[in-house]
Amino acid sequence: MSVSNGKDLRTLDLRYDCNLLQIWAKRAGNGGEFTVIELEDVAYSYGGAELFAQLNLSLAPGSFHFLTGPSGAGKTTLLKLCYGELLATSGQVRLFGEDAASLPRDGVAMVRRRIGVVHQDCQFLDHLPVSENIALPLKVAGREDETGNNLDDLMMWVGLKAQANQTPPQLSGGERQRAALARAVIMSPEVIIADEPTGNVDWEMSQRLLTLLVELNKMGKTVLIATHDLNLIRTAKNQVSARVLRLKDRRLQLAGAEL
Amino acid sequence: MRVDPRQLLDLVVGDPQAERAVPPTGFTARLTLFTAAAMAFLAVFALALSMATGRLADRWSEELARTSTLRISAPADQAAAQLRAAITLLETTPGIAAARALTPDEQRSLLEPWFGPDLPLESLPIPQLVEIIEEGGGYDATGLRARLQAEVPGAVLDDHTRWREPLISAAGRLRSLGWFAILLIGAATAAMITLAAQSALAANAQVIRVMRLVGAEDGYIARAFVRRFTGRAFLGALGGTVIGMLAVALLPRADDIGGFLTDVGFRGAGWLWPLLVPPLAAVVAFFATRAAALRTLKEQS
Repeated sequence: MSVSNGKDLRTLDLRYDCNLLQIWAKRAGNGGEFTVIELEDVAYSYGGAELFAQLNLSLAPGSFHFLTGPSGAGKTTLLKLCYGELLATSGQVRLFGEDAASLPRDGVAMVRRRIGVVHQDCQFLDHLPVSENIALPLKVAGREDETGNNLDDLMMWVGLKAQANQTPPQLSGGERQRAALARAVIMSPEVIIADEPTGNVDWEMSQRLLTLLVELNKMGKTVLIATHDLNLIRTAKNQVSARVLRLKDRRLQLAGAEL
Repeated sequence: MRVDPRQLLDLVVGDPQAERAVPPTGFTARLTLFTAAAMAFLAVFALALSMATGRLADRWSEELARTSTLRISAPADQAAAQLRAAITLLETTPGIAAARALTPDEQRSLLEPWFGPDLPLESLPIPQLVEIIEEGGGYDATGLRARLQAEVPGAVLDDHTRWREPLISAAGRLRSLGWFAILLIGAATAAMITLAAQSALAANAQVIRVMRLVGAEDGYIARAFVRRFTGRAFLGALGGTVIGMLAVALLPRADDIGGFLTDVGFRGAGWLWPLLVPPLAAVVAFFATRAAALRTLKEQS
């Protein structure tokens, strides 16, 4: 497992605590003994229309995947299947080896604590300050005692220390995305799923976010990013070994060399 | 089964961290406070009514069950002799502690409500009344009537059974109605708080979605609402109870003329009963909100 020494982040003027990231990396590592998320012959229908069918996907621990495809192809739906917000119409979705369809309600909550999700629209509690939003996963898991220094380090890492007491509506698009990323990783999840994380930010900010995600992957986190930004994918492939999946015509394909 | 002290504590006092995740909603807060206050106010009156009827039933039961009346209607020249014979007979009857002829003044006061004061009792053919006080298991009414018929032909024994039982039954039913009203008030409170909680849950659908996405279990989300509604119900009920107790205290004092109507209220330690209303309202709110929250969360998933 590779662990960043922090130099890359410092060049982007983002300070972070290397020790903290190493702790996360240790928690995440499992030697690749099983696939963390696996979809087998999965179909999903919405309102009687089949969005996709016979879809197979296997995410190994520490892998980095991009998911592309035209608008409306079902990228967000596929991501929701991957973190248990939706259940497949047919086929089987296994999350950390467990059949998602047979998970009890609290079991789904437990799975979500192992998967950090960055949404396109971020999904914050607007009445709480940014720091509390980022610490929310720890609170709901009853691990408030881990918040203290971890939160400070994490906020420095994503460059939001100064905005800690602001509420999400007071942040810019890029700041909101970085806050969402911080919230997604505060529980040290094994998997990071991001839905169009650079959709609402400029090129420079998208590069900063990508760098953060690549750093997380280098620490052993499994990363799955849905995006239609091909430039982002090309840039990432220069930094990390990433597979690109294309969702098109109701099927999932491995994208070719054009990317 | 192992009981987690933390879960037990959460059950009683809620979870302030969870509550903070839910933004305050003015409408449901006001609705819960008002409903709890109004229902507590009504509950205090229902309780006062129930306790008053209870006292009434007890008093009637106590006073009438141990006494009987003997009425002697005899010609004026035989009245004294029949009275003496009746008293002698009664004093020797097992189960009778005492027998006493009512004085003219006592008989006059009994008739005063109908005939007014200064009634010339001597000039009217009013029967002589004898008060009988029972003891132990009471007397054999059938046997006594037979002996009276033989020895005091003008005597009629009234053991109050005819009208005592319907009165006690009526008072008992009134008391039951009071308790039934309290139950209805509790059920109405639960229904209103359930509606308010469902409204709050619907208004906070986005908050719930976010909490779920970061791994919150249903119990955690429910606690956020339960603590808030339980607290509001308690505060509202406390206000309603205080106002209700003041209103009861300001009711006209009990007197013989007003009878039951002016006896509605609490006496002595009875004033402690209304203090149970706020915690009971909180308990009702706790379970109503928890059930509504868990049901809604299940439906939303």
